[in-house]
Amino acid sequence: MTELEKTGDLSVDDFLDPLERPELAPDIMAESAPFVAAPEIQEKLGYPGELVDNWQEKAIEKMGELAGKYRSFKVYLDSCVKCGACTDKCHYFLGSGDPKNMPVARQDLLRKVYRRNFTLAGKYLPWLVGAEDLTKDVLDDWYSYFHQCSQCRRCSVFCPYGIDTAEISMAAREIMDSVGKGQKYCNEIIGKVHDVGNNLGLNPKALKATLEDLEEDLEDETGLKIRLPLDEKGADIMLVTPSADFFAEPHIDGLLGYAKVFHQVGASWTISSYASEAGNFGLFIGSYENMREVSLRIRKAAQDLGVKRIIFGECGHAWRVAYSFLNTLAGPFDFLDQRYPVPQHICEYTHDLIEKGEIKFDKSKNDHIRLTYHDSCNVARASRMGDKPGGQFEIPRAILRAACNHFYDMAEDTIKEATFCCGGGGGLLTDDLMDIRKKGAQPRMRALKQVAEDHGVTHMAAICAICKTQFSKVMPDYGFDMDSIVSIHQMVSNAIILDGAKSDDEDEAVNVTVNEDAMPAADGAEA
Amino acid sequence: MPFERYSLDAFRGDPKKHPLIERGWERRQVITIIFALLFYSATAILLLGLAVRIRTYAKTPAPLKIPTTPAPTSKGGVVLRLLREVVLFKSLFKANKWIWLFGWVFHFALLIVLLRHLRYFTEPVWFWVAMMQDLAVYAGFAMVAGLIGLWVRRMVVPRVRYISAPSDHLMLVLIIGIGVSGLVMKYIMHTDIIALKAFFLGLMYFDWQPLPEDPVLLIHLGLVALLMIIFPFSKLLHAPGIFFSPTLNQVDNPREKRHLAEWAARLEASEGGGG
Ligand code: HEM
Ligand code: SF4
Ligand code: SF4
Repeated sequence: MTELEKTGDLSVDDFLDPLERPELAPDIMAESAPFVAAPEIQEKLGYPGELVDNWQEKAIEKMGELAGKYRSFKVYLDSCVKCGACTDKCHYFLGSGDPKNMPVARQDLLRKVYRRNFTLAGKYLPWLVGAEDLTKDVLDDWYSYFHQCSQCRRCSVFCPYGIDTAEISMAAREIMDSVGKGQKYCNEIIGKVHDVGNNLGLNPKALKATLEDLEEDLEDETGLKIRLPLDEKGADIMLVTPSADFFAEPHIDGLLGYAKVFHQVGASWTISSYASEAGNFGLFIGSYENMREVSLRIRKAAQDLGVKRIIFGECGHAWRVAYSFLNTLAGPFDFLDQRYPVPQHICEYTHDLIEKGEIKFDKSKNDHIRLTYHDSCNVARASRMGDKPGGQFEIPRAILRAACNHFYDMAEDTIKEATFCCGGGGGLLTDDLMDIRKKGAQPRMRALKQVAEDHGVTHMAAICAICKTQFSKVMPDYGFDMDSIVSIHQMVSNAIILDGAKSDDEDEAVNVTVNEDAMPAADGAEA
Repeated sequence: MPFERYSLDAFRGDPKKHPLIERGWERRQVITIIFALLFYSATAILLLGLAVRIRTYAKTPAPLKIPTTPAPTSKGGVVLRLLREVVLFKSLFKANKWIWLFGWVFHFALLIVLLRHLRYFTEPVWFWVAMMQDLAVYAGFAMVAGLIGLWVRRMVVPRVRYISAPSDHLMLVLIIGIGVSGLVMKYIMHTDIIALKAFFLGLMYFDWQPLPEDPVLLIHLGLVALLMIIFPFSKLLHAPGIFFSPTLNQVDNPREKRHLAEWAARLEASEGGGG
């Protein structure tokens, strides 16, 4: 019996196929919808406070505008042949059985209105092509089901035309925002970033205090003065990391890992209080303008601090925006050192150092952990690391393998480009969507269960702040311990050899106890 | 290849003197005119409709880099990626083996069947078109079989039935109808191929020739014209669409090369910030 087998409400039965197709359960998730943003929140982002009187007309107008501004939106609305290849690819469908969570059906909620208003057949023969007017019911469906899409792009991998439902969801949310029906969670957070600089609304003073506390912890642990510098002008590197890294578990352990890496190689680095957030929720609501405004903070911070490089911490969609869009939204970054990629991922940085032999590990420090790795969706399918396609899969694994002895991948059709979303991405990481979050996590939990059974895996590493929060919240429901989820740089932090660090017997002792508790049945032992 | 030639001028002169009339083929004349006009308009609608669509797709900006990764890092890589999708349906293969099998067989057979039809439009027939005639016979059956497979799936798999509108069924019925009527002419009720070829060459050179009056042929041609007409207004736009899909056709190089859409550049200029 492994500790992962404890049962819970939604617990995963033995060896259930993560890809098993559920029976159709029409409209079973129709009631799932997030809280609507209050007028103040909406207005701060430049949207109408509440649903405007002529919302139908305005929504159609916006739809037309977006079809003219985004080729993806236009081409995808026209091109789908309803082949059905994507129907069983969405984790929310697999977890809920609601057919409106099949990617093509989700698109169709919007496509039927597009056809009615923008195509010849839809105007004159709506019954023939399934075209429909935008009614209140349709709007409600939009609000429900476009907030049951985490914009993870799994469907786009399998669609013969690469149709990306995320693009449709983003457009739908932008249309809804523009008529005054926004989502509280995302829009409130974007407002906080505009005001304070991070998703949590953590002000510079609080941030400074937090970092100082962490420095003390580091000193207690290692006996070394490992720094977490804030707003230090003239540093070489500016680290932009999700604000969850400053206070949430297991995120903090990742942050400590970055600090140790920087310390060990003597890098000059700093965090910025002005750009104290890697996440960019402008992406989730499909708003170029909001995404740009958030990105410009990073540019300004880099200029004000006079840094030479920008490095991003572990976060999925943040890395998408950083890798794929930052140059577009806030570039060109010609004032930075062009010998390094702009921006760079902390994993690229650490991986380079490992390759060059500049950091070394004592892998045995992680022997109490048998690890697997969850490819975060936005890193896997919307970005890259290193200079070869697929580096986003290899580099994190290379780091993990360098830092621990026991690493096992989950089933091939559930990782890398076919990875699932954790269930909480795309602006869904809010308590009012807990039901769909848990259902969406099911395929990943089943895949994890398999490696736990097959290889005695005890922990899963993730590379995204949202994944980490989501998993620590939903794992107990599937019978896993909430701290079975770890940061990549937490594994680094555990095992990195720091010059001059105290070899700490107390820590050793703690490790051993953890060891015994957490060790699964030895390999090959019968249950 | 011997076939009767009638001059277009004959229609313009004294109608009673036109060879068609002299032989008392008045109904055939009407049918010929109807189908000639039908094919001219269908061709015009298909080509113009597609041209307008393609122009719109080409002119609509893709403001952000959104290739589905891992993606190629060079233009050549993108060409290969698109080729793999267009020729092999690679993503579909990853997704679902049945849809892939039926869909790929249908499309590949359709391609062969279409090429085979070139013999009605070329004189002398290009040698590679002549060479593939034998192979093409199987293609006709394969095409219909693939389509029936797709249609059965559409009816029996609950997920696919759920997402199907009447037009999705009818589109398959239409193409099956084209395929079956074609096979019927080939194996059961032969038509006058020589006259048919004369008709199409006549259309191409604006020198109309009579069309055989066979009902099966007329059904076949009527359905083909219908398909051509609805092409630019239906989901058949997937054929040009795939080449404009940003997730497939973008190069993965956002860090190396700044990508900026025109409207985004205007936004930047109006708001300041950026570089
Ligand atoms: C660039 C050329 C084309 C490509 C790459 C392409 C690709 C595809 C793919 C991948 C599918 C989905 C799988 C399937 O259901 O078969 C599909 C469906 C379909 N294609 Fe094409 N296609 C092309 C041209 C055409 C043309 C010229 C026609 C004209 C008749 C056509 C008719 C259809 C139909 C009717 C379907 C839907 C089948 C169904 O209902 O399941 N395609 N196409
Ligand atoms: S796989 Fe693509 S084309 Fe097929 S139904 Fe889904 S979105 Fe449409
Ligand atoms: S993007 Fe992800 S969450 Fe959205 S429909 Fe596709 S698979 Fe589902």
